[in-house]
Amino acid sequence: MKKVLELDSVTMQFGGVVAVNDLSMHVDEGEIVALIGPNGAGKTTAFNCITGVYEPTNGMICYKGEAIIQNHPSGKMARQYAGLEPDKFASQKVLNPTPDRITKLGIARTFQNIRLFRSMTVFDNVLTAMHLRMKAGIFSDVFRISWKEEQAMRQETEELLRRQDLWQFRDELATSLPYGKQRRLEIARALATKPDLLLLDEPAAGMNPQETQELADFIREIKDEYDLTVLMIEHHMDLVMRISDRIYVLDFGSLIAEGTPEEVQSNQRVIDAYLGVAEDV
Amino acid sequence: MDREKRNHLIRLFVAIAAVYGLVLVLELTMRPTHMLFTVLKKGAIYSLVAVSMNLLNGFTGLFSLGQAGFMLVGAYTYAIFTMPVEVKASERVYKYYDCIVGFDTGVFVGLLAAGLAAALFAFLIGLPVLRLKSDYLAIATLGFAEIIRAVFQWDVLGPLTNGANLLREFKDLSRITFPFTDIPVPQTFFVFVVCGICILLIVLLINSSFGRAFKAIRDDETAAEAMGINLFMHKELSFVISSFFAGVSGALLAMFQYTVQAQQFRSMLTYEILLIVVIGGIGSISGSCIASFLYIALSEWWLRGLDMGTFLGIHAEHIFRSGFRRLAFSVIIMLIVLFFSRGIMGDKELSWARTSARLRRIFRKKEAV
Repeated sequence: MKKVLELDSVTMQFGGVVAVNDLSMHVDEGEIVALIGPNGAGKTTAFNCITGVYEPTNGMICYKGEAIIQNHPSGKMARQYAGLEPDKFASQKVLNPTPDRITKLGIARTFQNIRLFRSMTVFDNVLTAMHLRMKAGIFSDVFRISWKEEQAMRQETEELLRRQDLWQFRDELATSLPYGKQRRLEIARALATKPDLLLLDEPAAGMNPQETQELADFIREIKDEYDLTVLMIEHHMDLVMRISDRIYVLDFGSLIAEGTPEEVQSNQRVIDAYLGVAEDV
Repeated sequence: MDREKRNHLIRLFVAIAAVYGLVLVLELTMRPTHMLFTVLKKGAIYSLVAVSMNLLNGFTGLFSLGQAGFMLVGAYTYAIFTMPVEVKASERVYKYYDCIVGFDTGVFVGLLAAGLAAALFAFLIGLPVLRLKSDYLAIATLGFAEIIRAVFQWDVLGPLTNGANLLREFKDLSRITFPFTDIPVPQTFFVFVVCGICILLIVLLINSSFGRAFKAIRDDETAAEAMGINLFMHKELSFVISSFFAGVSGALLAMFQYTVQAQQFRSMLTYEILLIVVIGGIGSISGSCIASFLYIALSEWWLRGLDMGTFLGIHAEHIFRSGFRRLAFSVIIMLIVLFFSRGIMGDKELSWARTSARLRRIFRKKEAV
C-alpha cells in the first residue's frame, strides 16, 4: 500500500500549550481514516498543520512520499519547547507552504463550521474552486481569450453539481441552502479542486441520524467515484465505526490508540479517555 | 448562453449606446459651457474612480483609502508626458526649475502611462501594506497617499514635478483632436468613451475567473486560501488594477481641470469617492456610476443656489450664504445613510427586470389607493 499522507512526530505548541504532541500517523491510498478524540484533543490543530494554516513547531509531513512541511523548534521556541525529539529535523530544510500551495498539491479540506462563499450562488461556489487549475493569465481571462477554458470549467461544475444532487439549487445563494445541503456543497467545492486526499473536519456536525446515514453513504460514494483517500475528524461514533478503515485516537494532543474500529472500540485507554477513569471505591 | 441572458445583454448595450448617443447629440447642439457638461464630465471621471475603488473595497474586501494618491500619480504622469517640449523648455510652466523631461507624447500614450505609473506605485506600496487587514490597511493606504502627495511637492523633485507649483499647458480636453487631423473631439464624449472603456474592463474582470477569486477572498479569506487561491497574489493584483484605473481617472481629471497641483489630491478627495461608493452601494458597479453623477450634479449644480443666495426661487441672502450647501449636503447624506443603509443599489446591479418590477409595484399601489 502506498502511503498518501504521513505525519512524523508532528508537534504543535502555542506558547506553553502543546496542542498536538508527537503525532505520527499515516494514511494509505484508498483508505478512509478517522481521527477521533474528546473535545480539545488537538484534532483540528492537526488538520491545520497538514493544510498549512499553522506551521508545526516540530515534525515532518509527507505527501505521497515527499516532504511538504518540515520544521524544528528554533529561536525562542527552542527554549520553550516541551515536545519530544527537538533535534530530529534540525539538519533539514524548513518547509512552510501556505494553504493554497497545499491545496494545489492535491489536498482539499472542509471546515468544522461551514465556510462557504456567502454572497455567491451554489454554482459560483464550485466554479470558484476551479480557479486554481486555470492556466490562462489575467489578461486572456479578462479579454475572454480563454473563454474555452471558462466554458470547460462551467461544464465541469455542472457535472459535479448534478452528480452531487445540487444542480436544482444552482442559482440559489449558498447560505440559503438547508444545513445538510451546505455540508454537501462544501464537500463538492473541495472536490472541485481535484484532490487526491480529502480532509473532512466534522462533516456530520449538527446532523440528525438520518442525515448522518446519508452522509456515510455519500462519503463512500465520492471516495469510489473520485479515487479519493479520506481523512476525517468526527464525533458521531456510529458514522466513524461504519465507514472508516482505520481510526486514530487523540487525547490531550497525544495519540493514545490506533487500529480498526473493533480494536479501538475495545481499547481500554480509549474508553477511559471518553468515559473517564473509574476511581477505586 | 441562454436567451434570457442574451436579451439582457442586448438591452444593456442598447441602453448604453442610447446614453452615448444622447451625450453626443447634446454636445453638438447645446452651448458647450452649460453646467450640464461640467457635471457629465466630472461625473464620468468620478464614476471611474468610484468603480475602481469599488473593485477594491466592494469586490475584493480590501478597505483601502489610497485612491487620491494614485490619482495624483496619474495626473502628474499625464501632465508631464503630454506637455509639449517647447513649453517644458520655456519659462511658462517650469519657472523655477529646468525640466529634465525631454520628450512629449500623445493623449493615449499619456493616459496609458498615467495608469501604468499609478500601477507601479501601487505594486510597490502593496508589497508591505497588503499584509495588513481591514482598518489597518485603510490607515496605511491613507498614509501612503499623503506621503505621495508630500513627495510630489518636494523641492528636490522640482525639475520633474515643478515642486508645489502648477502644471499646465499639457494636452487638456480642449486640445484633443482626432488622430492625424485637426478636428477637435467632443470633450464630454471623449471623457465618456475613455471612462466607459475602463469601466467595461473592470466589469469584464469582475465577471471573470479572477473576479470570482476576488469575491471569494472578500467572502471568506480562509476558505478562499483553502480552495487554492493565493491570497497575496490576488490582493496585489486587485490593488494594482484598481490603482491603474485610479491613475487613468487622475489623468482625466487633470485634462478636465486644465491644471495639476498636488494640493488638489488631498484625502478629502478619497473621502468624496468613498462617499460615492457607499451611497451607490458597496459591490455595485451601476450604483457607483449613478451615485457619482448624482453627487456631482448635487454638489456642482443643483445645490449651487444654496451658496449663491437664491435657491428654488427663494431669495434669502443671509441664509443661503457660502457654506450652506455643505450643510444641506450633509443632511442629504444622513438621510441616505438612514433610509438606504446599503446604498442606492445594495450589492445588486441595475437591471431592466428589477426596475420594471419596482415601477409596477409602485403603480399598483397607486391604483389600489
